[in-house]
Amino acid sequence: MLFLDFIWLVPLLPALGAFIQLLWGRKFSNRAVSLVSVGLPGLSFLWAVGCFLQLPRLHGTPFTKILYTWLPAGAFHLTNGTISQLNIEVGFQLDALSAVMMLVVTGVGFLIHVYSIGYMGHEGGYYRFFGYMNLFMFSMLILVLADNYLMMFVGWEGVGLCSYLLIGFYFQRQSASDAGKKAFIVNRIGDAGFLLGVMLMAVTFGTLNFIEVTEAARSGRFAVGDSVITAICILLFIGAIGKSAQIPLYTWLPDAMEGPTPVSALIHAATMVTAGVYMVARSNALYILAPTALALVAGIGAATAIWAASIGLAQNDIKRVLAYSTVSQLGYMFLACGVAAFGAGIFHLMTHAFFKALLFLGSGSVIHALSGEQDMRKMGALWSKIPTTAKTMLVGTLAISGTPLLSGFFSKDEILWQAFASPYGHGLLWFVAVVTAGLTAFYMFRLFFLTFAGKSRVPHEVEHHIHESPRVMTLPLVILAAGALVAGYVGWPKVLGGSNHFEHFLERVFENPTMRPSAHQAWSVEFGLMLLSVLVAAAGFYVAYHWYIRRPEVPERVAAAVGPAYRLILNKYYVDELYDALFVNRAQNIGNAAAAFDLAVVDGGVNGTGWLTRFTAEVSRLWDLWVIDGLVNVMGFSVKLLSYPVRIVQTGLVQTYALLIVLGVLIFMGYYLIHF
Amino acid sequence: MIPTQYYLFLGTALFTIGVIGVLTRRNVIVILMSIELILNAVNINLVAFSRNFQAVDGQVFAIFVITDAAAEAAVGLGLIIALFRNKETVNADEIDLLKW
Repeated sequence: MLFLDFIWLVPLLPALGAFIQLLWGRKFSNRAVSLVSVGLPGLSFLWAVGCFLQLPRLHGTPFTKILYTWLPAGAFHLTNGTISQLNIEVGFQLDALSAVMMLVVTGVGFLIHVYSIGYMGHEGGYYRFFGYMNLFMFSMLILVLADNYLMMFVGWEGVGLCSYLLIGFYFQRQSASDAGKKAFIVNRIGDAGFLLGVMLMAVTFGTLNFIEVTEAARSGRFAVGDSVITAICILLFIGAIGKSAQIPLYTWLPDAMEGPTPVSALIHAATMVTAGVYMVARSNALYILAPTALALVAGIGAATAIWAASIGLAQNDIKRVLAYSTVSQLGYMFLACGVAAFGAGIFHLMTHAFFKALLFLGSGSVIHALSGEQDMRKMGALWSKIPTTAKTMLVGTLAISGTPLLSGFFSKDEILWQAFASPYGHGLLWFVAVVTAGLTAFYMFRLFFLTFAGKSRVPHEVEHHIHESPRVMTLPLVILAAGALVAGYVGWPKVLGGSNHFEHFLERVFENPTMRPSAHQAWSVEFGLMLLSVLVAAAGFYVAYHWYIRRPEVPERVAAAVGPAYRLILNKYYVDELYDALFVNRAQNIGNAAAAFDLAVVDGGVNGTGWLTRFTAEVSRLWDLWVIDGLVNVMGFSVKLLSYPVRIVQTGLVQTYALLIVLGVLIFMGYYLIHF
Repeated sequence: MIPTQYYLFLGTALFTIGVIGVLTRRNVIVILMSIELILNAVNINLVAFSRNFQAVDGQVFAIFVITDAAAEAAVGLGLIIALFRNKETVNADEIDLLKW
């Protein structure tokens, strides 16, 4: 039990890296930074593997490790009148679900850190980048390893913060810092819903611990369709909408491509955006009790999948296509959760982490080779020039399109099947998902052909510098490609002869007594649908091949033919403009009004006090000058005035003085003569 | 016998003339002469009263006064010469250095 007892090392090692980098990293050389900030997540991954390998010893019960009590809240009333003690601890829980998440986060995270050594090697702020990346790993691991909703929320907020910091990494660029702000603010809107859901949960269950809430939900205390549970589920899902970029809070994710490519790969493909899916899967006991909420999840998931795929068809920036692809694939994951196929959703999460991270890192490699070019209209014919990148990108593209035997095929097909056949599913959901699969295949191969095949549209000066990325960047690509190839085999479906180990592994987490039993469908139906989805994907591939290899002039003709429709999806359905007019500008107006008030009234008051002080000082000065000094001067002046008559006496002539003596004597004589 | 008052009147007249001379004459030498007049007027007074009271004291005092007057005249003239050396004038109106 060695690894499990110290499970807290898994999040702590990256935290240590973040701490070191953000306090002292400035003074370290790039080599030292790399050693610390890639070595520590590497160790974390190894420890996570150790924990995973020790998990079977517990035979399905979750492992809990409590470090200390964080909020020993007192007694309070629940909604049903009983009194409960709410205790939030800082604790870690490891069961099958969080083990899968932990391995994905540490494994893919470590590979992306290695890749970043090469990609960010020549950038300024190297230590800052790795500090934030480590901080993100720490927060994400807290999120997936937490044993209660509040601690998960701490990780939830932490990843939001790191997302902001990393999107706005090139903060001197206005667009980057705006994108960071947008991501954080839109995320926060979701978080408000999440918090409300957590609060409602606290007063309903009296606890926020996963195990306790799940047990209470499965105990039969609540009827299926209970309105309070439905409210909790919808509020929690609002948080997931914000974090995992579903309709209507997805607008931040395409803008988040302003950040460096490894950030897009880690945060906006493999890990942070999947936090919402994890949260819904973790709360499966609650969602099974609220079929309305499940329907909402599935509906929004499917709608987002097809909406984002349609926008991705026309984008010209390589990273934007991948961003919309991520939104679309997240829609698939929520669709799976919404039809109560939580295992399938997590399976797709895992395979998606592999091939989406691969695609993003590969696109980063392409951008690196083309000295920063991201517009696919200026790429082409790169297959022979950057072969490793090209081959791994091909694997990723095949995987995401659902090519049989690659990982994406197994996970996506599982979702499609469940959408059709699950007691919570619906044919319409399946149909939307299949159409989206076709669109996905099309736009991904469009991306591939525009970038690597066809004629070179690369500008002359850039063409000279095209070079394959260094080994530190291509090795993670190869490893991820291997994962994208084989990761699906753990979920080999029964219909093709396997035993679906992955679902089996996660079974106990998703056992719910109130779940509707699935009707037994004939295997031929499943096989038929599988074949259909492969054909749709093939059709998408073929159209892309025809349009971008055989007859490259066709796309422009089609775009011209459907003019307004093309412009509509090119401009992302003008959703950003709509939000700006409705919310953003209004918020800015309020901000401006508040600023004007601050300037006029508050600052005015302060300035007024200053003016008053100076005014009183001036009055004082004038008083001093005219009145006080005046009095003194007047006195002097009057003395001077009085002296004039007196001065006359001093003539300087002795005769005058003699005269005065004589006069004096005469006066005395006169006086005595008169009186005697 | 000449009444004593006649001598006193003479003395008074001389005294008055002397005083007026001191006070009004411009030439410093004339002022000195006027001072001598005053002193001599006093002498006449003294001698008149000596005759009146048949005592010799008055006459003795008059001798003293004459001596004193002589000394004083010498000193006064010395002053005038020193003054003349500095100021080139014997006009009392022009010696007003202590004027305000």
